[in-house]
Amino acid sequence: MLVTERERLSEELRELAEAYGRQRTALLPMLQHVQRKYNHVSAYTMQVIADLLDIHPVEVHSVVSFYAFLGDKPRGRFIVRLCRTISCDLAGKDRIARQLENDLGIPFGQTTGDGMFTLEWANCLGMCDRGPALLVNDRVYTGVTAEKVHEIIEECRAEFGLHALRKKEEQRA
Amino acid sequence: MKAAHEGPLTFAEVQPNDGLKAALARKRPDVIAEITRSGLRGRGGAGFPTGVKWNLAGAASGEEKYIVCNADEGEPGTFKDRVILSQYPDLVFEGMTIAGYVVGAKRGIVYLRAEYTYLLPQLESVLAQRREHGLLGHNILDKGFDFDIEIRLGAGAYVCGEETALIESLEGHRGEPRNRPPFPVDTGFVRRPTVVNNVETLAWAACILARGAEWFRGFGTEKSTGLKLFSVSGDCERPGVYEFPMGISIGELLEEVGARDAKAVQIGGASGHCVPRCEFHRTIAFEDVATGGSVIVFGPQRDMLKIARNFLEFFTEESCGQCTPCRDGNPKLLEGVRLLEEGRCSMRYLRDLIALGETMRVASKCGLGQSSPNAFLSIVKHFPQEIMGRTPQAV
Amino acid sequence: MGNHVTANQVQSRAPRSQQRQAPPVSPAPDAIGGTVSVEIDGKSIKVPFGTTILEAARQAGVRIPTLCYHEDLCVAGVCRVCVVEVEGMRTLQASCAYPITQPIKINTHTRKVRQARRHIIDLLLANHYGECYACGRNNNCELQALAKEYGVDFFRFGHPEKPRFEIDRSSHSVVRDMNKCVLCRRCIRTCIDFQEVGVLEAIGRGDQTRVTTFLEKPLAEVICINCGQCINRCPTGALRANDPTDEVWAAIDDPTKHVIMQTAPSPRAAIAECFGLPAGTPLTFEMNTALRRCGFDKVFDTNFTADLTIIEEGTELLLRLYKALVLGDKTVALPQFTSCSPGWVKFIEHFYPEYLDHLSSAKSPQQMFGALIKTYYAELNNIDPKDIVSVALMPCSAKKFECNRPEMCDSGYKDIDYGLTTRELAKMISEAGIDLPAMPKSDFDDPFGTATGSGVIFGATGGVMESALRCVIEIVTGKKVEEFYDHADIIPVRGFEGIRYVEIPLPEKLGPVIDLLKPLVPNWDWLAGATLKVAVAHGTANARKIMEDIKAGGHFSECHFIEFMACPGGCLGGGGQPIPTSPEIRAARAKAIYAEDSAYQVRKSHENPVIQRIYGEFLTEGPGGHKAHKLLHTHYTPRGKYIS
Repeated sequence: MLVTERERLSEELRELAEAYGRQRTALLPMLQHVQRKYNHVSAYTMQVIADLLDIHPVEVHSVVSFYAFLGDKPRGRFIVRLCRTISCDLAGKDRIARQLENDLGIPFGQTTGDGMFTLEWANCLGMCDRGPALLVNDRVYTGVTAEKVHEIIEECRAEFGLHALRKKEEQRA
Repeated sequence: MKAAHEGPLTFAEVQPNDGLKAALARKRPDVIAEITRSGLRGRGGAGFPTGVKWNLAGAASGEEKYIVCNADEGEPGTFKDRVILSQYPDLVFEGMTIAGYVVGAKRGIVYLRAEYTYLLPQLESVLAQRREHGLLGHNILDKGFDFDIEIRLGAGAYVCGEETALIESLEGHRGEPRNRPPFPVDTGFVRRPTVVNNVETLAWAACILARGAEWFRGFGTEKSTGLKLFSVSGDCERPGVYEFPMGISIGELLEEVGARDAKAVQIGGASGHCVPRCEFHRTIAFEDVATGGSVIVFGPQRDMLKIARNFLEFFTEESCGQCTPCRDGNPKLLEGVRLLEEGRCSMRYLRDLIALGETMRVASKCGLGQSSPNAFLSIVKHFPQEIMGRTPQAV
Repeated sequence: MGNHVTANQVQSRAPRSQQRQAPPVSPAPDAIGGTVSVEIDGKSIKVPFGTTILEAARQAGVRIPTLCYHEDLCVAGVCRVCVVEVEGMRTLQASCAYPITQPIKINTHTRKVRQARRHIIDLLLANHYGECYACGRNNNCELQALAKEYGVDFFRFGHPEKPRFEIDRSSHSVVRDMNKCVLCRRCIRTCIDFQEVGVLEAIGRGDQTRVTTFLEKPLAEVICINCGQCINRCPTGALRANDPTDEVWAAIDDPTKHVIMQTAPSPRAAIAECFGLPAGTPLTFEMNTALRRCGFDKVFDTNFTADLTIIEEGTELLLRLYKALVLGDKTVALPQFTSCSPGWVKFIEHFYPEYLDHLSSAKSPQQMFGALIKTYYAELNNIDPKDIVSVALMPCSAKKFECNRPEMCDSGYKDIDYGLTTRELAKMISEAGIDLPAMPKSDFDDPFGTATGSGVIFGATGGVMESALRCVIEIVTGKKVEEFYDHADIIPVRGFEGIRYVEIPLPEKLGPVIDLLKPLVPNWDWLAGATLKVAVAHGTANARKIMEDIKAGGHFSECHFIEFMACPGGCLGGGGQPIPTSPEIRAARAKAIYAEDSAYQVRKSHENPVIQRIYGEFLTEGPGGHKAHKLLHTHYTPRGKYIS
């Protein structure tokens, strides 16, 4: 990471800490913010946050490693989480899982080479009456069928394409 | 009896903010007395009397107190809180405000599970509206009472549904349950007296103040009063959220949801009990089969061992990893299920595992560990003919 | 003279779940006079309100086994070994974490309790890789003891056949073998809460939970200060010191090598514990005999260089004061910090690198010794320094790192070849078939066997300060310390309080400058009537408090001299000392050390005749002179706490 980039990140984290009250209670909101924005909590970020909240970096790492929605390794732009808990299991999540692996070309726990998708399991998404359910970032899909998997993935790709296009246009303007 | 997708819940019939108005018009002890009289017990599953909890927190010394709404609905097979939060969020916030008034708290926190992040914008806008209408913030309803609510997100950990783990998480720690006593009503969030109530409990509390304890007591049994929401999923014709009075028999419930041929039903989610067909006459109540509302139906063709394995995989991963019985016990039970699936488990070892399950029940640090072997133990108990002596090909 | 100021007690940094919870404020109605009556296994006793079941049981003489509980640490309540049955409760309660606030009946050994404990032990064994007979903690392992106590004669839930984790041998000081970890989290509580260093934490959850470092890096790459307090509190062999005994034996067995042993004061006060004797039994002179029988060619006393440290460090302090107060040199860093605790040195290098110029440049006694052995001693005895193997017996794991610092080669060789801990020497002695307590007594070898009581008390917190004060007061006032303090015991700097602050008013009339210091200062007039402000801290958690105070410009920044020891109790509580440790054990060791001090004829460093000789014939330019600087002083590395 470039020095200036680090400085910018430190500054951002400092502002974040101020906003959340610079106490240990601010830790999770800060981590969630970072996770949302950067798809992971980097080693450097953990140390800066530790400094700001006057705790040890290893404590931050410990917290990051505890929660399924936080991670210290970069994840894809779209995190696909398939519910594997009992009701979705009864509703046939195994086939969805296989199809996801086939269509994304990666096993669970990995990220596609283009950094677009990360495939993970989730423990109960609270959509038990409409399983199998999966979560793509903050969006829920229910009653997923094996044929629909492809559609969902394409939808994400299209959305990203649109997003990228819009960004380009903005830059041009 | 009403079923969610056949008609609105009772929650829809209550006039908005009737409960809050009624509460603020009365003295604090009267409000607590009303809740106590209603017999309302925690709807998250543990069933602690809400009136007692509010009373303890109210009596605890200290100026700064907190009301925490436990919206970390993570129990497998439970989704009724999601429905309440998306359809009746006002009622939940109203319940929190009433609790704040009663206990003497000025701040409320909703701990919303990360999986429900998509509910956040709507919930935030409801809070904004309430502030606009003088139902939150400074001098609520001109009664000189201040209270506000913020929403905090979880980050994907089932154990944070345990109240002390939830508090640890709010404080920026790993969601590891605390030693009890002291209880949160004494020493909770940032060491202040804290009430942690489930989403549904708070909604019912608001209804009770609007309609009176007697109305609520008119439903249910002596020890388990009132109505309750059930999240029904699995092998049934009509899964969804249902409202039934407490004390309904499992058979009646299954009839309603279209699961007459069920082989067994899991009451209370992964941490609950698996009830076989021969016990469908039992009732859902704190004095019989207790539940936070999760009902998972297993059809005749289901392999009970596979179900046990799913639950144990869940606990092996979702245990906070702190105490020995839960952290190391669940993987051993899981290993045992695999042995059973392969037909390689001796009766002697199975008995050891059953005894281990008993130890986990009594020696684990928190409710998660204590209830984690339940599903395994009840499946092993009720379906011995199905699980013993398998041939590996049958897997 | 002297007065006490205590630093504010700062709240524990440990997660709440791992702290002892304060009992609820409102006492139960039956709790009269702040006591509650409890019945434990049929015995009725009264205990203060809020007493834990475990404490109450100990009072009642009922034994409850424990594992994650440690007297030095906050309560975790995680291993569940200490569960008991409380009448009327469905679940068992962890006795270490359950405060008694109302009359209860407790049963500690019912069938349910016994079965639960046995299962917990079985589960721990099912994940505990390794065989007892191939473990350094054999016969001193709490898991092994529990297995014995509960009659474990087979692995009910299996036993790992393969290791799951690679052993981390990266550190010179601490070896981590997580295959033996039982996740009691004592090391975490030691590192984060007790020492406030923050190397170890639990990572992951569920069955993937493990104790590890930031980013799971090797110990050598993180901010570990090597204090070894985690080793002292590990119930199993998961944490141990990096053991060089094989290399030491090899040197002893090599006829071309001249193997020299220096022994620090603290191991002598503690090694008896490894041989079944009570804590606080000094075996100094028996140990000398044993060391010779093991085959060491010479046995010297580190206390000699402790005296030398006092001279060098004391001179440095007086010079700093002179430069600052008389010459008005604004660049002089005050207060001066002691530098003999290598754990503390690494702590400040990591956490307060901007304060390194406060650290005395004087080497620790161990390293001064090393530099002299391979120069002065070699010359004196006509031995080629390359044939000398210099071993240091220390109570310390950080000394192993210290002797491997690249800058510690001022003799032209590695100044100290190996650092041995008290535990490792006990092992060597047993291996040589020696019954240490039964050894005849023998003295240290000359010339470095002559020491003073000042050197001895280096082992206890406040000892360096007391020695320095004995020396500085006499040098400056020209009077005997005894005129100010009975028996030259400077009591205010002693004790186990985490932080101690003392003011020493100097008299109006001061003495002449002694010969040794004449080239450095013209007179002491500038100190007449001044008040010397000093402080003592032990345990890095306390060190951190002082450093934060200094950073904020608090009253510790007005001090002149501060003694810092990384370990609780000072060196006597070091990471190389016998296991177990507790406040009582450390107090007993301290008693032995102070007893040894008062038995000495000469109790002030500057009166040590060999010290006077060495400045006369070797370090002829005196303290802080060129040669002294080359051999006895060092520099430090600003490490910072960021890891890339």
